[in-house]
Formats: sequence, structure tokens, C-alpha cells
Amino acid sequence: MLAKRIIPCLDVDQGRVKKGINFVNLTDVGDPAQIAAEYQRQGADELVFLDITATNQQRKTMVDVVEQVSRQVFMPLTVGGGITSITEIQALLKAGADKVSLNSAAVADPGLITAGAKKFGNQCIVVAIDVKTDPSSGKQLVYTHGGQQKTSLEAVAWAKQVVALGAGELLVTSMDQDGTKAGFAIDLYRQLGAAVDVPIIASGGAGSLQDFVDVFQSADVAGALAASVFHYHELTIAQVKSTLRQAGVNVR
Amino acid sequence: MLAIIDYDAGNTYNLKKAFDYLKIPTVLTADPQQIKTSDGLILPGVGAFAPAMATLQQRGLADLVKQEALAGKPLLGICLGMQLLFDSSTEYGKHAGLGLIPGQVVAFPEKPGYKIPQMGWNQNQLRQKNSDFAFLANEYTYFVHSYYAKCEAEYVVTAVDYMVQVPALVQRQQIYGTQFHPEKSGAVGLQVLQTFAQKVVGK
Repeated sequence: MLAKRIIPCLDVDQGRVKKGINFVNLTDVGDPAQIAAEYQRQGADELVFLDITATNQQRKTMVDVVEQVSRQVFMPLTVGGGITSITEIQALLKAGADKVSLNSAAVADPGLITAGAKKFGNQCIVVAIDVKTDPSSGKQLVYTHGGQQKTSLEAVAWAKQVVALGAGELLVTSMDQDGTKAGFAIDLYRQLGAAVDVPIIASGGAGSLQDFVDVFQSADVAGALAASVFHYHELTIAQVKSTLRQAGVNVR
Repeated sequence: MLAIIDYDAGNTYNLKKAFDYLKIPTVLTADPQQIKTSDGLILPGVGAFAPAMATLQQRGLADLVKQEALAGKPLLGICLGMQLLFDSSTEYGKHAGLGLIPGQVVAFPEKPGYKIPQMGWNQNQLRQKNSDFAFLANEYTYFVHSYYAKCEAEYVVTAVDYMVQVPALVQRQQIYGTQFHPEKSGAVGLQVLQTFAQKVVGK
């Protein structure tokens, strides 16, 4: 049986971790490699690096970040944010990433999903989907550009489409829940889990230990991603895993 | 010095980084002389069986690796590199492998609730208590694969449960293979590489 994955997410801006992570034992709180190594020590199953660098010129720094992290951290690494070409995907994989996550580029150019999956294998291509409930229609709509741009795509239909195009995994963030600490969007993951047969990573809303239990027990998700609860020590990965284990969820 | 066989196999650089982290000297090479004078061989691999085997043959590496291993040199195959150690694979047609461990590489059956590829951390069950790799008992390691090796129990050191019993670490004499990625399996993965270098090669 595969273990359910607990995945911290790091926002990286121009090669530095953006949010003020306050691990006491780090000498450089903005160094992605040090933070990644600390999460490895704590028992993270995978790490997601999200490049939030605003300009394209500075994006190349992400390849260096991956290169540095993969010299001292030996677990699966996923890199997302602003990736638009096969050349960029190749550079990140060669630097040590295991998967790349496509978001806005997947919407703008769905052919990139297929091209990436053909060249590197489906397991390398994650499609990140940011979802928000449309207040007027009640539909679950897909947003791009870091949640800034609304599309007319509906989440479940888009999920099916990207899987048909070759996506090997979906990283689905509920913008409704993100930042609320009110729990994961379980209904959304139930609908998605019934619609596609690739692993789904739930993201957005983690606030308590019970939130992790609820999402794994109520929906068919392979992993749960969180940022602030781990960065600010509100919860530790060890606590999350021990709570999940007691609830009968298989974790490493 | 360990020789990591260089044939554009995919996970080569991450493997090299893991050995570097452990301060175990390795060289990434396709040079026959360097391979012959090395103390042990690492055969990496990610992707499909047939093109990997074809590349090894084109570069004259398939026969060389086989000869060296049959002459007693320690060999560790990783992921697809492990699958290549077997007699054959049914991935996109039937293809011959290196034939160093008896067995066949076959596709996972399709079963509801099991996604293919197997991708993630799975728990090793120890099958051979006296192995140098017995520390893997109940440990989780990281897998990404759609095919698995079918072989006799005598070659299976650890296995994981994924629809079928999947050989995770296999061994025949001084020839070893891991279906999982030790270079992506945290501390216990590094211990696999270290144990190979110290206890298998260092003997």
C-alpha cells in the first residue's frame, strides 16, 4: 500500500524563500536548501517549490535552487510557477526536479501537457488547478496567474481534459479555502476523485490536525499540501502523521 | 571508485549527487577502460526498457556490463536499471535484457483503486533476514514504475505490496537491483547506497 503523502510547499522569489519561515535552527531563514533539509528531517514525503518570481529574466535562478536543494535533500521534488516550455521543463528535471507543475501555461497551451508527458513521461507532469466557486453561478471555476484571472473552465471538466492530455498528477488548490484554516474542500476532491484516475494532491485550508484526517478519510486524495501551518510551527509533520496513523491512515 | 554507467538514463545526476553527499567516489562514464578498472558498477535508468537496452548495446555497454558482472564485479541496478538485469521485458513488445538475474519484467495488472504507475512511498517487507540490506524491513522507499520484475523468491530480498508482490530489492550473488529510487528515499535510501559501497563493493 502506498503511503499518503504530506507535502510542505515553499514559495520562492528570486531564489529565496519568501515567507518568513521561523525554524529556530536555521542560520539562513531564506535559504531553500536549508529549509528543504529541515523538512526532510521532519519527515516530509515530498516538497513543492513554487516560483513566484515576477519577471522572466530572474526565473533561471529556480534551476540553481533545484540544483542546490537536490545536493542535500533526497526526496521527490516538484517545481512549479511560470513554466511555459519544454526547454524549461528539461532544465528543471536535469537540475534534480522529479516533477514539474504547470498551471497558467496548461490553460494557455494545453499542448504543452502532452508534449511534456511524451518526452518525460506522465509521472513528471503535474497540472496545478486553482479553483474558486463562482458567486453568481455556483460553478467551480478554474483561475490562472496566481488566482488573478478567472477562466470559463469548470474544475471537473478541466481535470478530465488535462488527464486525457497526459497529466500524471493533479495539484488542486481551493481558493475558497486557502488561507482560511477551515479545512480542505472535501466535496471538490470527492468530485475530482470520482472523475479522474491519477493521484490528486489537496491544497488550501489546512488548519488543524483533524483537517488532514478528514480529507484523507472522506476523499480519494494521494497527498495533502500545506504551507503556513508548517512554516509557522502551528503543526509539525510528525504531529500530522501520528494523528493520521491513529486514525488508520497509512503514512510513512 | 564506482562507475555510474552513462547512457543518458535520466536519474544519473541525482544518483551522483547522493553518492557525493555520502562522500563515496563515483565517476559518470561510458569509457570501457574506466568501467573495467572500477570497483563496482551502478546502472541507473528511467524510461522505457527497449530504448534503454538499445542505447546500452549501441554504445557497447551491454556486453561489457554483463561480462564484468559475470566475472564477479559488484553491480547495482536502479529502477529501470534493475529491470534491465532480468532476462526480458514485455514493455511495448518482448525485449531481451542483460540476463543476469532469471526473471521477466511485466506490466502491472489493472485493478480498480490502483493507479499506474505506482508512484509514491511503499513499505518494504523483508524476505531474507540475513541480507546486508535487512535494515529495509518495514521501511518506506520511493517508487515510480509501471512494470515490475517477476522472479523466483530466492532473488527477492524485499518486496512491497501493490496489487501483486513487487520485488523491491533483488539480489543474485554480487548483483543487486532496487526497483525503488534510493536517491529519492531519504535517509534509508542513502543507507542502501552506502551499504552497497561498503559491504558489497568493499568486501
